[in-house]
Amino acid sequence: MATTIFVSNEQGNTVTVIDSKTLKTVKTIPVSRRPRGIIMNPNYKEVYVAAGDGDTIDVIDTSKLAVTRHLDSGPDPELMAVDHKGQRMYIANEDDSQVTIMDIKSGRVLGTIAVGVEPEGMAVSPDDKYTVATSESTSMAHVIDNASMKLIANVLVDTRPREAKFTADGSQVWVSSEVGGTIAVIDTKTWKIIKKIGFAVPGVRPEELQPVGMQFSKDGKLLFAALGPANRVAVIDTKTYEVKKYILVGQRPWHMALDPDGTKLYVANGLTNDLTIIDVASLEALKSVPVGRLPWGVAVMP
Amino acid sequence: MRSKPNLAFCQRPAVYAGLSLVLVALLSAGAAGDAATAASAAAATVRVTYLGKAYDEPPPLSLMQKVLTDEGLEGARLAIHDDNQTGRFLNLKFVLDEDVVPAGGDVVAKAKQILANGPAIIVADLKAPDLLAVADLPEAKNAIIFNIRSSDERLRQADCRANVFHIIPDWAMRADALAQYLIWKKWNRWFVLKGTLPSDNEYVAAVERAAGRFGGKIVDEKTYKFSTGAARSDTGYQQIQTQMPEATEGAGSYDVVWVADTDQAFGEYVPYRTYDPKPVVGTQGLIAVAWHPSYEQYAGMQLHDAFERFAKRDMTERDYTAWLAVRAIGEAAIRSGKTDVKALRDYLLSDAFTVAGDKGVGMSFRSWDHQLRQPILIAGPRAVVSISPQQGFLHPKFLTDTLGYDQPESKCKFH
Repeated sequence: MATTIFVSNEQGNTVTVIDSKTLKTVKTIPVSRRPRGIIMNPNYKEVYVAAGDGDTIDVIDTSKLAVTRHLDSGPDPELMAVDHKGQRMYIANEDDSQVTIMDIKSGRVLGTIAVGVEPEGMAVSPDDKYTVATSESTSMAHVIDNASMKLIANVLVDTRPREAKFTADGSQVWVSSEVGGTIAVIDTKTWKIIKKIGFAVPGVRPEELQPVGMQFSKDGKLLFAALGPANRVAVIDTKTYEVKKYILVGQRPWHMALDPDGTKLYVANGLTNDLTIIDVASLEALKSVPVGRLPWGVAVMP
Repeated sequence: MRSKPNLAFCQRPAVYAGLSLVLVALLSAGAAGDAATAASAAAATVRVTYLGKAYDEPPPLSLMQKVLTDEGLEGARLAIHDDNQTGRFLNLKFVLDEDVVPAGGDVVAKAKQILANGPAIIVADLKAPDLLAVADLPEAKNAIIFNIRSSDERLRQADCRANVFHIIPDWAMRADALAQYLIWKKWNRWFVLKGTLPSDNEYVAAVERAAGRFGGKIVDEKTYKFSTGAARSDTGYQQIQTQMPEATEGAGSYDVVWVADTDQAFGEYVPYRTYDPKPVVGTQGLIAVAWHPSYEQYAGMQLHDAFERFAKRDMTERDYTAWLAVRAIGEAAIRSGKTDVKALRDYLLSDAFTVAGDKGVGMSFRSWDHQLRQPILIAGPRAVVSISPQQGFLHPKFLTDTLGYDQPESKCKFH
């Protein structure tokens, strides 16, 4: 079965649509300025694209492969997360140190929550109870109680946290710190860090090992982490917290998405303007295909 | 939504002689506080004093360059705001006191006032002689003084002080950063055109040192005596058009003109007017700076946006160094959970300390001279051209230590 891959191109102001079978570009969709965060609605009917300089979120209708409406995200949206019912969107407003909670259908803002400086990474827990927002300059993972729309914990992590991901069982949230060069594993019962994972590659300077985008494997046994300036994707065993492998990809890998069947990982390489396809079983990079200028994020649809 | 952030923590009367640091409540390291509860409990406070002097300076050569009276200060104000954005989650409060004395004012007397009740954290927007006078006060012995203004090498070498931390790069770092780029371009034949000030000569010494380190060749060195008059008279450019080719004639075969004009007397006039059609680099033309209004990488754009909304103008290098000084203290307090000056000083010098300044790497202080190691931007008038250190220049510990004085070359001895 072919999967449709959507890649946001930060400098190209486009979203590239690729067919996973042919690996050919099906369509290039023009979007608002500086598209970065890109996520799929769990119902696969809509793709949301955060356009930071457009101060809007573009909504792509997946049946038309075109932008059909916009959500008033508040200023400078960078990344967002959708709950598992596909009803609410949690948006990081990078310039305003706040998280906006929006009803997707109506586009109505349900609330805003003040967090640290430059919020970026966003993740909703599997039970939809919590949202974690990471603030890059403040270096915290802020935990929002979704029902009350209040902060219940603020966890100090290493410098410049970029992304947060919950494990499938919701017992942990993993947070990548770009400049700190670590991934913090946070227990969601106590909201305390239980493990910090670092990286080492012979011949690569430590300051280049900067984790950004993350993705769990479908079985939850592995975490993939893009190490931007090191041009590699690290593969971490989620039980032992050991790094199993570093997979060489294009330059400045940023964010990634897993094929819905779990067999392939798609990685956006910012500086080489391409997308690397990784085979999850063998942990090998299979191929890279060209996309638009400065690819940033990836979303997939079966 | 794009309004000026709340400045409640930064506004205060100019004269302040109180406690430099007030520890109101103990802070538990790494504590995860709630914003709501944090506001109700008494917060531990870190007090930072911005100490400046309104020096008489010649107007900039370019009309495009505005004369700013709050350069540096606005950077410190924004950083205090940023520090408090984080501090509120940790029950930690940052306060900025602002003391800028007039051109003829007594900065030492002001410093004595600030230091009257014990060690203080001072962001010094001062030229080298004033900075040293403040740093050498007996009561400043245990203070933390950030140099955000002076690029004089002596402050990192023979005249280094244990209580001074240099955020701004010195001439050596700038010359090395530019030299690495020129060597990478294989433009290694340099013609130096210098002014007559002592600081111009110091800058030229840094260029000569960079040539020696990285394989550049200075093919000629000329001094240009610029008689300052009314730079902005109607016919000014006509004279300059004939003067600059004369000044750059007969230099032999070279790749670039390297201008050494540290006080902006003539450098801006050199590009496009040289005898030979060559690029101009140095203190004008292609420059080496800690920050540039056109720089956008590594979230630099976010900082520009935030600064512009805050101060309603571009962020200059001095705004950036002031911002970074206050961010460094914020980072030290937030990470260490400590608020007393000695503990913060220890943390600033520890291996654990790094501060992010939107240049892609964590930055830290060199133990041997307290200079902040950092990437340096290589910038033209309206765009960043590159960032040094360049590919291929290696160092066993920090690549950024290829810029400026490395440990074995340092003449600094802290007493």
